[in-house]
Amino acid sequence: MATQPEELRSALSRRYDAGFVTDIESHSLPPGLDEDTIRALSAIKEEPEWMTDWRLAAYRHWLKMTPPHWAHLKLSPIDFQAISYYSAPKNKPKSLAEVDPKLLETYDKLGVPLHERARLAGVAVDAVFDSVSVANTARDQLAKVGVIFCSMSEAIREHGDLVRQYLGTVVPQGDNYFAALNSAVFSDGSFVFIPKGVRCPMELSTYFRINAGHTGQFERTLIIAEEDSVVSYLEGCTAPMRDDNQLHAAVVELVALERASIKYSTVQNWYPGDENGKGGIYNFVTKRGECRGDDSRISWTQVETGSAITWKYPSCVLRGDRSVGEFHSVALTHHYQQADTGTKMIHIGRDTKSKIVSKGISAGKSQNSYRGLVKVEKGAVNARNHTRCDSILIGKQCGSHTFPYMEIRNPTAIVEHEATTSKISDDQMFYCRSRGISEEDAVSLIVDGFCKQVFRELPMEFAVEAKKLLEVSLEGAIG
Amino acid sequence: MMLQIENLHARVAGKEILKGLSLEVKPGEVHAIMGPNGAGKSTLGNVLAGRSGYEVTQGSVMFDGSNLLEMEPEARAAAGLFLAFQYPVEIPGVNNTYFLRAALNAQRKTRGEAELDSVQFLKLVRERIKEMGMTPDLLNRAVNEGFSGGEKKRNEVFQMAVLEPRLAILDETDSGLDIDALKQVAAGVNALRSPERAFLVITHYQRLLDYIVPDFVHVLADGRIVESGDAQLARELEAHGYAWVRERTPAEAHA
Repeated sequence: MATQPEELRSALSRRYDAGFVTDIESHSLPPGLDEDTIRALSAIKEEPEWMTDWRLAAYRHWLKMTPPHWAHLKLSPIDFQAISYYSAPKNKPKSLAEVDPKLLETYDKLGVPLHERARLAGVAVDAVFDSVSVANTARDQLAKVGVIFCSMSEAIREHGDLVRQYLGTVVPQGDNYFAALNSAVFSDGSFVFIPKGVRCPMELSTYFRINAGHTGQFERTLIIAEEDSVVSYLEGCTAPMRDDNQLHAAVVELVALERASIKYSTVQNWYPGDENGKGGIYNFVTKRGECRGDDSRISWTQVETGSAITWKYPSCVLRGDRSVGEFHSVALTHHYQQADTGTKMIHIGRDTKSKIVSKGISAGKSQNSYRGLVKVEKGAVNARNHTRCDSILIGKQCGSHTFPYMEIRNPTAIVEHEATTSKISDDQMFYCRSRGISEEDAVSLIVDGFCKQVFRELPMEFAVEAKKLLEVSLEGAIG
Repeated sequence: MMLQIENLHARVAGKEILKGLSLEVKPGEVHAIMGPNGAGKSTLGNVLAGRSGYEVTQGSVMFDGSNLLEMEPEARAAAGLFLAFQYPVEIPGVNNTYFLRAALNAQRKTRGEAELDSVQFLKLVRERIKEMGMTPDLLNRAVNEGFSGGEKKRNEVFQMAVLEPRLAILDETDSGLDIDALKQVAAGVNALRSPERAFLVITHYQRLLDYIVPDFVHVLADGRIVESGDAQLARELEAHGYAWVRERTPAEAHA
């Protein structure tokens, strides 16, 4: 086994002579998944043996698992042998002129700058590399205070001990079907390490990372905040993809030690499929944070407007005493989109607190479900949870569902759940229109107001982007 | 002629409410529409503003030479029509200032005028709120959210002051107001009276007309105007009640 990666590497380096850094389009593994695929992948990435073994262990576990069926989703079975586990997007346009004008129009409305648009559309232009150098400048600044912010591949090579110490400690290899698959085949992702006592001097954003990586559907992100550190991390997936139902199975792990605070924000706008429900991303993501130290805090904020199917539950394990977990979510579905999303708050430590705010917006023929678990373990004395779950329906053919689960094993716990479902009322619409606001703008305005509580949690420029995203996503929702 | 309503018939939920209403309003005039409950006063306001569910079966409404009934509600607003609602709705989370700016700029855009940036707009709303004698905290709250009845009505008048319509319809703006709030609302309306602007003041009681003195008073009963006069008519109505009009009105007036 130990010699095989070496052999493979030389074989592969011939095959990938074009070089995958400058010409990633041509770089891919053939479809199919077996132990050799994983070894090949690990070899391409020049990973240490422990990493290869870790992946193989995950793969062997995955083989024994079956896909979950409990979510409120309709999906066709996924042929895992038909997927290429290391691939650049197919049919990559050579210039903006070749990009679907509809896509460009959307970027226009989003106000995405031109070079950014080019990157989002998957065009290889110089501007992309400019952005990478921008990222490098930021990295120097971060390095001065000891913050590590790099791709996961780089972290495995350069900071192997740290990765090895924390990887899989929040989401174990066999946690669930898609997490196991991710553990076996993850291609890249972000690695963040904030040392003791450091307040990260800037918001970390994956806009940079995607520029450099652009590596596909299986990302793995690991964020470690040591004692008394603070970090805010933004993840922007505003890249509509062009492929057919493509699987995106990411894993994100957060570790907060004593008094550390991690804020993780996502604006997800993967390609949702067309208005007839064709194509779109299957977004099956496992995101979990552990408040490992006392008085630590993890806050998730997500705005989910994309993907054909979204299946994710960013969760907090509140192990440390007095630790705090928060989840703020806006999930919008339109056309034939399906979302089954929510959170899990696992109270283990004493005096732990969690707060859940979920806003679901359904339009067209879409289905939007909130699924949340609040679990209070025996030792979690004085645990507190407050859940607020609101949904709004636009039109008559969409559905909104709420599945709240509570497991309370300590009598001192106080758990509250509030839920509302409403329609945008004719009265509200007429009121706006009688003031001169068009029907479509009135819907955006009302929906924006409905989401205010969550948007407030987003960093400013993201809040603006999220608002615009909702407007674009709701186009044609009325009438 | 600014507004010309001829033989207007309208149905709500299959029931005929307006049964041949005719009315003419010139710029600068204030017309009061009075009448008992169920006479069709609010229906008139809603039909003019273009609310769905109000079906016009006969008649015509011209506004500044255009067929009002063919216009979408937002187009009517841009053309200068404003309805102060009897029951203003709450729009949670939407900031009042933001809402008004969206409304004003949408109207200006339709009219081919330049949109106001946030600095220009803020200056405008601060002036207006001062003129109306209202507290500026109104600007920072969500549209009507958690407003008292009086605050909602004052907010309607404030919106009117910012949007500067050509024709303002006040639908029972006095209902539910105490005397101080009523005076404030009336003062706000009076400040907006001008030779270019007309008002249609729909009210159940004469009380409001002590403060907003109309040029014309019309009595609406059973879906049409049965009597018209000046401010004196309102006072007689107050003294004698609506039954008095019915007794006085000759049968042929209904034909």
